[in-house]
Amino acid sequence: MTASPGPAVRTVDLHKTYTSPRGDVPAVRGIDLEVRPGEFFGLLGPNGAGKSTTIGMLTTLVVPTSGTAEVCGFDVARRPVEVKRRIGMVSQNNTLDADLTAFENLEFRGRYFGLGARDARRRAEELLELFGLTDRRKGVPFEMSGGQVKRLMIARALVHRPEVLFLDEPTAGLDPQNRANLWELLRGLQSRGQTILLTTHYMEEAEALCDRVAVVDHGTVLASDTVEGLKGSAGTDTVITVSFDGAVPEGVHALDRREGVSRIEVGDGQVRVFARSPAGVLGELVAAGAAAGVGVTDAAQLRPSLETVFLTLTGREYRD
Amino acid sequence: MTSPASPNATGPTPGGTTEEPAGSESAPSPAAPRNEAAGPGPAMPRATLTGTFLAMMAREVRVMRKNFLSTFVRVLVQPLMFVFVFAYVLPKVGSGAGAGGFASKDGGPTFATILVPGLVGSAIVMQGMMAAIFPLMMELSWQRSITDRALAPVPVPVLALQKITAAGLQALIAGLLVFPCVLFVHAGGQAPNIHVGNWPVLLLTLVTGSLMCASGGLLLGTLIDPQKSQVLFALVLVPMSMLGCVYYPWAALDHVRWLQIVTLINPMVYVNEGLRTALTPQMEHMPIWAFGSVLILGTAALSWAAARTFTRRVLT
Ligand SMILES: Nc1ncnc2c1ncn2[C@@H]1O[C@H](COP(=O)(O)OP(=O)(O)OP(=O)(O)O)[C@@H](O)[C@H]1O
Ligand SMILES: [Mg+2]
Repeated sequence: MTASPGPAVRTVDLHKTYTSPRGDVPAVRGIDLEVRPGEFFGLLGPNGAGKSTTIGMLTTLVVPTSGTAEVCGFDVARRPVEVKRRIGMVSQNNTLDADLTAFENLEFRGRYFGLGARDARRRAEELLELFGLTDRRKGVPFEMSGGQVKRLMIARALVHRPEVLFLDEPTAGLDPQNRANLWELLRGLQSRGQTILLTTHYMEEAEALCDRVAVVDHGTVLASDTVEGLKGSAGTDTVITVSFDGAVPEGVHALDRREGVSRIEVGDGQVRVFARSPAGVLGELVAAGAAAGVGVTDAAQLRPSLETVFLTLTGREYRD
Repeated sequence: MTSPASPNATGPTPGGTTEEPAGSESAPSPAAPRNEAAGPGPAMPRATLTGTFLAMMAREVRVMRKNFLSTFVRVLVQPLMFVFVFAYVLPKVGSGAGAGGFASKDGGPTFATILVPGLVGSAIVMQGMMAAIFPLMMELSWQRSITDRALAPVPVPVLALQKITAAGLQALIAGLLVFPCVLFVHAGGQAPNIHVGNWPVLLLTLVTGSLMCASGGLLLGTLIDPQKSQVLFALVLVPMSMLGCVYYPWAALDHVRWLQIVTLINPMVYVNEGLRTALTPQMEHMPIWAFGSVLILGTAALSWAAARTFTRRVLT
């Protein structure tokens, strides 16, 4: 079944510009990705980075403006049906069939993909049980909790045993317990050879699950590597952020020349220092403030992590 | 959303949960005990185009069965009330004055004879359009539940044709249900003079009429912004049914020549004239070639256009 020898997902210089009455929106501006069979790959980026658009193109629902995208060796624009046979997709919003029950959502998905009526019912039963939804079998989508909806959507994406599973922010809006359970489930899937491409806002999610990660922003890939590789390259800096109750004191600029500091960013009442050796930096910032007569209202020090990688690459706070 | 959430947090939880009873000795991967259920597994049968199309039709039938009463009660009430008032009450309250026009006079056709094909036709047209438009508006709203079927292994235009077929089926059912209702409600002496004079024309009109209106509905539904659906009703559906030659045969418009010509843009006219030709052949009606070619070519053209606009709405 996972016979495709090449990459499971491959994009080359993929672009998407939405045309809308209020002007063109360049959502994806040249993305190159390669996901190997069996890999757990993460697309990490802030709101509006182009993650959903990329997933949309890979699942044939968004038409690329230029460039190519292939899934299991099939071009998404030219062979969409072959692509759809091989993928499962869990979208960001609730796309369950609102006219059907939980059970029927799974049953009919099976039938659309070629299962006979009886096999489709058996498969639906099996997946309801696996996802702990057996007692919700007659539930209709709008009466289900966020966690149940997500589980049912994942179950639905697995009905036809896809080669590649796409998940667009699967844990957004889930409580910690549901999230932990979902992580376990996804790890279990991968351990049995499922290729997974997931998008997320959460650093710790990418760190916990993904073999490789691509950090995207403004429709381009800023960096792509294993989690360890990323931390070892861009993200070795500790990021120290200090907020003042007045204008940022002039004295902080001296830090730019300090040993072990890569760069500093001065914003509105806030300064951010990227440092390979952070010892003493915080003290100097407070001292600079005291010398200029401004107090410190907030201070934070982030050790090297995907979060600091993201800050280093985008200069932006990572927000949900 | 809130109340069902709480049992969920405490009670059985996703994937992981179900595993616990099976493999209580904390297996590293939660789904491991059930190797078969998820993940790549035995090859699936290969879905065929017709197989998927039929599966989608089976879904429509399932949904239709669930909503059968509410849908078709709504379809039936208006025509029933109409024949009740115009073929029963008015002829009873007096053959004089204004109501006189509705009673059968000196051997002429009863009003019911004119109404039966007209009401069947308008039920077909209205149900065909609404059955296409309403689900579509839900499915294309911001949650885009259309994704559910757009990911099925068929080209998106085939999904459009499937939606036309499904709405057409509902239109046909609506027509077949309305027919006996309006046939038997009338005052004594006001019976409609109905007999199937031409089976092929009847079948052609029922089938192409249903499909033409379903495809017209899908076309409108993909072109019109959901927020403006009220306007659609006021400006399209109401004039269409009032001026669709429901309450008079098209030939009777001889006296208002301009209207007779203008109403030719109304697809309902052709459905009703087709039904008149088949059911009340003794009455003057449009020539078969005229409504026949409009029904056939109209179905083809509207389906083609609707498949295009639908595809453009589903794929962004
Ligand atoms: N259908 C559309 N028409 C016009 N613009 C769009 C459309 N969909 C997305 N966009 C724009 O394209 C950009 C990328 O959106 P996209 O949904 O791909 O981002 P994202 O990374 O998934 O963000 P989020 O984390 O918020 O889900 C955004 O600026 C968005 O406003
Ligand atoms: Mg998104």
